[in-house]
Amino acid sequence: MAEPTTPDPDIPDTQASASAPVQARSDRSPWNWLLIVPILVPLTTPLFNHDDPRLLGFPVFYWLQLAFILLGVTTTTIVYRMTGRGAGR
Amino acid sequence: MSDHIVQIVVFSLLFLLVSVMGFVAARWRAPQDLNHLDEWGLGGRNFGGWITWFLVGGDLYTAYTFVAVPALLFGAGAAEFFAVPYTIIVYPLVFLVLVRLWSVSHRHGFVTPADFVRARFASPTLALLIAITGIAATMPYIALQLVGIEAVLKTMGVTGDSALARHAPIIVAFAILAAYTYQSGLRAPALIAFVKDTLIYIVIIVAVIYLPAKLGGWGNIFDAAEAKFAASPAPNDGITLNANNQLQYITLALGSAMALFLYPHSITGVLASRDRGVIKRNMSALPAYSLLLGLIALLGFMAIAAQVKPLPGARQGTLDTNTVVPLLFDQQFPAWFAGVAFAAVGIGALVPAAIMSIAAANLFTRNIYKEYLRKDATPAQEANVSKITSLVVKVGAVACIVFLDPQFSIDLQLIGGVIILQTLPAVALGLYTRWLHRGALIAGWFAGMGLGMWMLYQIPNAATGRAHFGGSAFPLREFGFDTPMTIYAGLVAVAVNLLVAAIATPILRSMKVAEGTDTTTREDYFADATPPPPKPATPAPTATT
Repeated sequence: MAEPTTPDPDIPDTQASASAPVQARSDRSPWNWLLIVPILVPLTTPLFNHDDPRLLGFPVFYWLQLAFILLGVTTTTIVYRMTGRGAGR
Repeated sequence: MSDHIVQIVVFSLLFLLVSVMGFVAARWRAPQDLNHLDEWGLGGRNFGGWITWFLVGGDLYTAYTFVAVPALLFGAGAAEFFAVPYTIIVYPLVFLVLVRLWSVSHRHGFVTPADFVRARFASPTLALLIAITGIAATMPYIALQLVGIEAVLKTMGVTGDSALARHAPIIVAFAILAAYTYQSGLRAPALIAFVKDTLIYIVIIVAVIYLPAKLGGWGNIFDAAEAKFAASPAPNDGITLNANNQLQYITLALGSAMALFLYPHSITGVLASRDRGVIKRNMSALPAYSLLLGLIALLGFMAIAAQVKPLPGARQGTLDTNTVVPLLFDQQFPAWFAGVAFAAVGIGALVPAAIMSIAAANLFTRNIYKEYLRKDATPAQEANVSKITSLVVKVGAVACIVFLDPQFSIDLQLIGGVIILQTLPAVALGLYTRWLHRGALIAGWFAGMGLGMWMLYQIPNAATGRAHFGGSAFPLREFGFDTPMTIYAGLVAVAVNLLVAAIATPILRSMKVAEGTDTTTREDYFADATPPPPKPATPAPTATT
């Protein structure tokens, strides 16, 4: 529990806090454009729709798509680090 | 039945453990008053990073996924691996969208996506459409969780001759689930998700190390799959895609990703988190499940290499390929470990089923009951209606499985993905712009829904020999293109939905049709749980969206 709230059945505390002053904020950041990369890359199947080269027995079609998970994690982490602290949180 | 006694005992013990946890969850994280929808339906809106990770993960990666995705790879190969790119692109896709939804919901106390639409577009009708769409898409999804448990029970030989005897274990399991969800609300699946995912991670890590070693290595496994598909007469199977199903693969991955967080149960998990940081961190942490999903999918190929033969289906002469993964575990693992694996799948069905029933119940309560039946309902009455509705929803899901062919639920789920996508313009675009007219959004919804249903109706299923609702791959030939390629019906339907909404908006505006008042403000979309220290004497920004 973050804070003690006065239990008032008719007014949820989320509405009560809506009147608190909030400074002008925005999610805008050039870093957000980076998110396009892990959205587009996994959809370019013609580029990796092959059996060779295999890695540990996995055809490239499979190991590369599993590797794209790492691409997604890295990208979202970078965007979170570059935008999350300053503006959002 | 007696030859699976160890599996049954292990399965039952673990099932019992989570049932107890489900009831205890009512006292977990000290709710002040469970008689409020924020507490019962959203766990107090106070879940941190770890709980949200388990909750949303347990919500999106369901028992049905774990059983059906490998079953599909077993049957058709590469084309069904779309589940991996789909769960990769979804997180960067919704990264920015979900924090906006969280903020505006936090400021206004929204519990459902339809609550947001109601406030944004001042249209109870549009909100009602969104709510009905959400409930209709969620119901068969819950029923599918039962298909997952059923595959496990079937493998353990827990079946009977009459319809009632065959389904007795599922009815018992769901009665327990219904009871603790009623009592503990969202806290129950949040707590059980820890057990579910721990079990699933253990089983999969063991499986992907132990099974390839036993089956002659990954190379051998893929070669066995390739040999099977080369021998089969089906044109679109194989361990890589062919020229005809690439477009389907890409559009299905993209369309499914766009649909995922429109499902009311996904939104429930998101709204239950404590602040924006929790959501953003989870967008990079949740793909750990995608890796799990990819490895689970490949169990389908392992089943080919291990020469698993699926058990017979509900109707004469059909095969239930959903049993291939349970059978693989049953044949390759010691009995006690197979029991753990079965419990993982069984419990894996309970977590999402609970969250989905809560989400559907919240939609009914907020957007139908409170909007149309009882406008002055108190929070306690709301919570009560939601609790009872969640029971009704689960009874409905069980009835679907007991009285209908499970294939019917699978078809409905397919339709569910297409119809939930039709809420994208109002919910997802609505978070960014108020430009679309509420009447135009309603027109777009009808256009997208109508086209989507028509397209699905045109698709036959070669495997089951039915003429309609046989899949989501719509042949472009039907649109007059001279090609054997197919495209995901949902993506086409939502494109038309958007087009209609965009064309109708200026028309309605020029006709001076009332637009209603947006009760959200620009700042609402960036609010966080902890307000920053107030700046003295800063004039309030007047920018509007």
